[in-house]
Amino acid sequence: MAHWLGPVIISLATTVAAADNRPSSQRQAELRYLLTQDCGSCHGLTLQGGLGPALTPEALAGKPVEMLQATILFGRPGTAMPPWRAFVNETESLWLAERLLQGETSQ
Amino acid sequence: MNPSNQYESTTTDDVPTSVLSELRTAWIVCCIFLLLLASITTSTEASTRGSGDLALVIERANGSVQVVETTNNSALMRIEGLGDLSHASAVFSRDQRYAFVFGRDGGLTKVDILEGKIVGRVIQSGNSIGGAISQDGQLVAVSNYKPGGVKIFRAGDLSLVADIPATYDDGKQSKVIGLVDVPGKGFAFSLWDAGEIWLTDFSKGDEPVITRFKNIGRNPYDALITPDGRYYIAGLFGEDGLALLDLWHPEKGVRRILPGYGRGEEKMPVYKMPHLEGWAVAGNRAFVPAIGRNEVLVIDMNNWTEAGRIPVKGQPVFVMGRPDGREVWVNFAFPNNDTVQVIDAESLALSTTLQPGKGVLHMEFEPRGEEVWISVRDKDELHVYDTASYAHRVTLPAQKPSGIFMSARASRIGL
Repeated sequence: MAHWLGPVIISLATTVAAADNRPSSQRQAELRYLLTQDCGSCHGLTLQGGLGPALTPEALAGKPVEMLQATILFGRPGTAMPPWRAFVNETESLWLAERLLQGETSQ
Repeated sequence: MNPSNQYESTTTDDVPTSVLSELRTAWIVCCIFLLLLASITTSTEASTRGSGDLALVIERANGSVQVVETTNNSALMRIEGLGDLSHASAVFSRDQRYAFVFGRDGGLTKVDILEGKIVGRVIQSGNSIGGAISQDGQLVAVSNYKPGGVKIFRAGDLSLVADIPATYDDGKQSKVIGLVDVPGKGFAFSLWDAGEIWLTDFSKGDEPVITRFKNIGRNPYDALITPDGRYYIAGLFGEDGLALLDLWHPEKGVRRILPGYGRGEEKMPVYKMPHLEGWAVAGNRAFVPAIGRNEVLVIDMNNWTEAGRIPVKGQPVFVMGRPDGREVWVNFAFPNNDTVQVIDAESLALSTTLQPGKGVLHMEFEPRGEEVWISVRDKDELHVYDTASYAHRVTLPAQKPSGIFMSARASRIGL
């Protein structure tokens, strides 16, 4: 997994560093809803964990934002975490990863 | 002279003022008494109502439940204060008066669905997933993710009876799923991380006799028991297939059924774990969701082999048999969770496709199956459909509704 994720993470980080465009406020509301309702079906509505691990800032402390973004986009093969890249793009997944790390996930 | 003056004049002539004031007080007391009597009569009526046509609806966002009735399809009351209900379910006492609600935050809440109030609540773990009630109605079991295991409570006062950690591999604790009651005062459940099925027997007392079945398959995600209480079947997330335990012959162990149903094809990403609770049986055929595939699997229960697969709109979450077994209703994972499809159980053909709206999370048939209740999360609505004509009969408001639990579950094994 690491051998192919590595370059992906680097290229994402580059792309993301260059692009400072955040999702529109309407899209942000949709993403927060997705996070609560759909991510929440495995990670819990309050993101305290369920079948999937907790996604609170404490649980994610020390994890690079690019790693979280890559997990959202590409999932984690061998686990129940699916890829979400059909529904969120790079900018949106980075924005979601930042919200998770900062604990700004409530709607 | 107006009437009130006349009244004043006649009374003040013969009666001292203090007596007059006492009479007025007595009159007021009498009125209050009558009002109280009226309200007591009303509440007595409420509590002597039957509960066989009631259902509990989980409102996942706000930690509340609604009690609805299915005779006239109306909402009766909302009860608040049940904690985090993001993945909640409920079982019923055998008299169908109390619901035991299992919340995501580890809360176990006993609700009086006739009086509309919480009569008991314990926070029994950090993170729970579901529960069951024993055959005799005495014990309530809760399965937990964190710390992984099962706790058993007395149904009467919610006092702790037993704590069963799901320990494997020298001290690791597994998340527990697929908890059901089994005949003979016991419970069966599966260990997501460990790939095991455990049987617990409380018939000899509060110390359970535990039987462990190992290597049943990778990552069992949910399980069910057949309506006759004989077969316990766990669905596997980590591989294609299901694990089958014959409770009449536990000595024969767990066997794999429908191995490799994906035929080695790569499965699609799974955006929501399916549920196996709604056991759909028609004749000798059973219907279950395929994992990572837009298909319903059909199992021949005579020999436990695949009897077919039905292409559907998305990845099935619930595959529910109408109580008469003639039809199977299916809802789907994100992003197809706006749709419900109905399959003819005899021909295996699609009968109809309904579009209740985004976020169809659960379906529950009325006990004899003439109507079905559907929760539509994103619309904050409950829909009631006629199952003969598929006509949409009623819409009721609800706050992010998820699970719908009819009180008739009280008399069914495994629900």
